Amino acid sequence: MVHHDTLTGAEILLKALVDQGVEVIFGYPGGAVLPIYDELFKQNRLRHVLVRHEQAAVHAAEGYARSTGKVGCVLVTSGPGATNAVTGLADALCDSVPLVCLTGQVPTHLIGNDAFQEADITGITRPCTKHNYLVKDVNDLAKTVHEAFHVARSGRPGPVLVDLPKDVVQAKGEYQPPSKVKSKYKPQVKGDLKAIEKAVEMIAHAKRPIFYVGGGVVNSGPAACQLMTQFVRMTGYPCTLTLMGLGAIPGSDPLFLGMLGMHGTVEANMAMHDCDLMINIGARFDDRVTGKLDGFSPKSKKIHVDIDPSSINKNVAVDLPIVGDCAHVLEDMIKVWKAKQCRVDEKALKAWWAKIDQWRATNCLSFENSNKIIKPQYAVQRLYELTRHRNPYFCTEVGQHQMWAAQHLKFDLPHHWLTSGGLGTMGYGLPSAMGVQMAHPEALVINIAGEASIQMNIQEMATLVQHRLPVKIVILNNQYLGMVRQWQELIHGGRYSESHMIHHPDFVKLADAFGAVGLRAEKPGEVDEAIKEMIAVDRPVILELRTDASENVFPMIMPGMAHNEMVLGPEDKGRDKPGSEQDGMVLV
Amino acid sequence: MQVTNAIQEVNRHTIAVLVDNESGVLARVIGLFSGRGYNIESLTVAEVDAGEKLSRITIVTSGTAMIIEQIKNQLRRLVPVHKVHDLTIEGPHVSRELALVKVVGTGDKRVESLRIADIFRARAIDSTNESFVFEVVGATDKVDAFIKLMEPLGLTDVSRTGVVAIARGPNPI
Ligand SMILES: Cc1cc2nc3c(=O)[nH]c(=O)nc-3n(C[C@H](O)[C@H](O)[C@H](O)COP(=O)(O)OP(=O)(O)OC[C@H]3O[C@@H](n4cnc5c(N)ncnc54)[C@H](O)[C@@H]3O)c2cc1C
Ligand SMILES: Cc1ncc(C[n+]2csc(CCOP(=O)(O)OP(=O)(O)O)c2C)c(N)n1
Ligand SMILES: [Mg+2]
Repeated sequence: MVHHDTLTGAEILLKALVDQGVEVIFGYPGGAVLPIYDELFKQNRLRHVLVRHEQAAVHAAEGYARSTGKVGCVLVTSGPGATNAVTGLADALCDSVPLVCLTGQVPTHLIGNDAFQEADITGITRPCTKHNYLVKDVNDLAKTVHEAFHVARSGRPGPVLVDLPKDVVQAKGEYQPPSKVKSKYKPQVKGDLKAIEKAVEMIAHAKRPIFYVGGGVVNSGPAACQLMTQFVRMTGYPCTLTLMGLGAIPGSDPLFLGMLGMHGTVEANMAMHDCDLMINIGARFDDRVTGKLDGFSPKSKKIHVDIDPSSINKNVAVDLPIVGDCAHVLEDMIKVWKAKQCRVDEKALKAWWAKIDQWRATNCLSFENSNKIIKPQYAVQRLYELTRHRNPYFCTEVGQHQMWAAQHLKFDLPHHWLTSGGLGTMGYGLPSAMGVQMAHPEALVINIAGEASIQMNIQEMATLVQHRLPVKIVILNNQYLGMVRQWQELIHGGRYSESHMIHHPDFVKLADAFGAVGLRAEKPGEVDEAIKEMIAVDRPVILELRTDASENVFPMIMPGMAHNEMVLGPEDKGRDKPGSEQDGMVLV
Repeated sequence: MQVTNAIQEVNRHTIAVLVDNESGVLARVIGLFSGRGYNIESLTVAEVDAGEKLSRITIVTSGTAMIIEQIKNQLRRLVPVHKVHDLTIEGPHVSRELALVKVVGTGDKRVESLRIADIFRARAIDSTNESFVFEVVGATDKVDAFIKLMEPLGLTDVSRTGVVAIARGPNPI
């Protein structure tokens, strides 16, 4: 008997996506997903961005998701299409980005037969997705897709993959709306009130407190960022942000000490080291942040708020864990603080700030500018000053340029900073900027890139042009795998093994070849003009800035060292200190 | 933070995990252990609730307190995992293992193996003129001891189920 509302799997899939609020799919077709593409062709609710490589589809969906708070959506074919997406999924898992990736699969009867373009993608992606599904029956399709979105966005967000055999999307079955699907997956969002009361008490009594705030607050959403800012201001306590947390409180707030960690500021790292109370909200004690574990903030009590219980006591044992969503917990903390009429210890706090101001006075991000050669820090500063009135979105690739961007840009709004932190994926920036621009057509979207990273997904220039996405790409061309060169200079005796790319394309001509606009500046005096020209153009632009090849990122905590053992600059003797690679930051 | 010896002490824990009985779930659990370098000393799995399609996995693992906590939290993160209970710390529990032990030999050794089997309440569930297959049930120590005693008596093969465990008393898990 054929039911009157029986649909094909492909129809069910698209209906489910629409019901889940999907507006844009980033994808690439192939044999196994042809029935889905056929269905896409017949409708106009869902837009599709045709990327040039599946990895870029995933990063684009990440950019879309991170800048909107929605779940990003990817559609790729079986076999090579799916395996090309793997790096993107691993990236999204590390940085907790909510995605649903739909992969085509060979028909169910061929699974396991080494069929053409078959890959065991649920097997391959098990460790690099939050969860994955293989749909074997068309009647499970709608339910599975709804659950995939629920899992991707709930709790600690992450990528979810749904593998779709071709026969399943061609078969006929019944649609179930999201309201009919009950998932057993229900992470805890409310924090334990007793623990929150205890935390507030500890916070009120602290003498040398610091807020250590991370991507969890950004993930939690604009409300969490607002509450975070409110709480920091209520207490008047110093606050440092991780690379992933930048923007969680305004970058221009005087209570903000800058980023902490390997390339963090002196004031942030020293305050972390010397504090008596560390209040970690949505950060995960990453090894780039802690450095040598047994030298990490040895004198402090630690409070840790995180939605994922496995983040707690993973690297660093804490005194008071609170499992819950940042927004919920912060709301309760503020309520309790007000109800108990908490007062901070003004005298202690004044002394603490006096100490912090001394560290601040080292002015650790300063650099020696030049009027002959473009210093990368200068380039980032000019980019910031000349664009800040437009509240741009900044994406980055991975390397030194990424760190200079993190140090010298200021974010007064959350969700305007997109970077690959956990996996550190070169090639992330351009496609993620594409996703951001897709979500915010009117916004100024800038990708700060290295000349090496940009070549990892340069093919997406064509996508930008095709879809009229006026992303601005600023390449800080230092002729080197700069971050690798820096480690080789500082740790490997200056042996620059394979970190010099002798040949690069002519980026101006390359932009032109793609149908975009190419610009170049070689002298500091040309930088402002070039940036102004770039933002005046309503098309994708590559602006190549020829920067000083010998510049390094400072401050730097060398591998195996602690927060109070930073190397401040090229003249600092600390650079000769030996570090053990047992612990802390061991990878470039 | 000072790392004291108490924190570094390695202990064995028996963990009961209730999971959806769906394809891939065991791979997720095992992948979690291998991918993060935790060790599995024993793992058993079977469906325990056909209506709800739930399986119970019993894992015996060892690690420091911090690692055991990580293991449990990592298990809880898996979407098809519903309950994770550390029987070792949640109260008294009983645990059993079953082993099939093949002993080949004749004469005195054969007689001696029967005598020991009797002491361990192992049953001979298969016999030929020159072999026995014993079934022995008990706590891991007892099974270990039985196997050790059979070694000089012509032990050739052992097949063990791994540990299954359950909480004592009226409470679940
Ligand atoms: C070249 C390079 C250099 C780097 N240098 C530095 C550096 O100097 N400093 C630095 O900080 N980083 C640096 N990083 C980044 C670093 O590797 C980590 O990615 C980063 O430190 C992690 O940030 P986070 O702790 O905020 O955690 P995230 O990865 O953002 O994780 C967020 C945490 O919050 C939790 N969470 C998620 N959602 C919620 C919610 N709704 N409510 C509550 N909790 C939630 C998650 O469970 C998780 O534990 C560098 C990366 C690269 C590539
Ligand atoms: C896909 C990938 N491969 C290798 C690395 C290791 N790596 C980290 S930074 C870096 C150099 C990046 O060079 P470039 O893009 O020019 O940036 P720069 O450091 O010069 O600013 C490399 C190779 C990585 N992070 N990602
Ligand atoms: Mg470079």
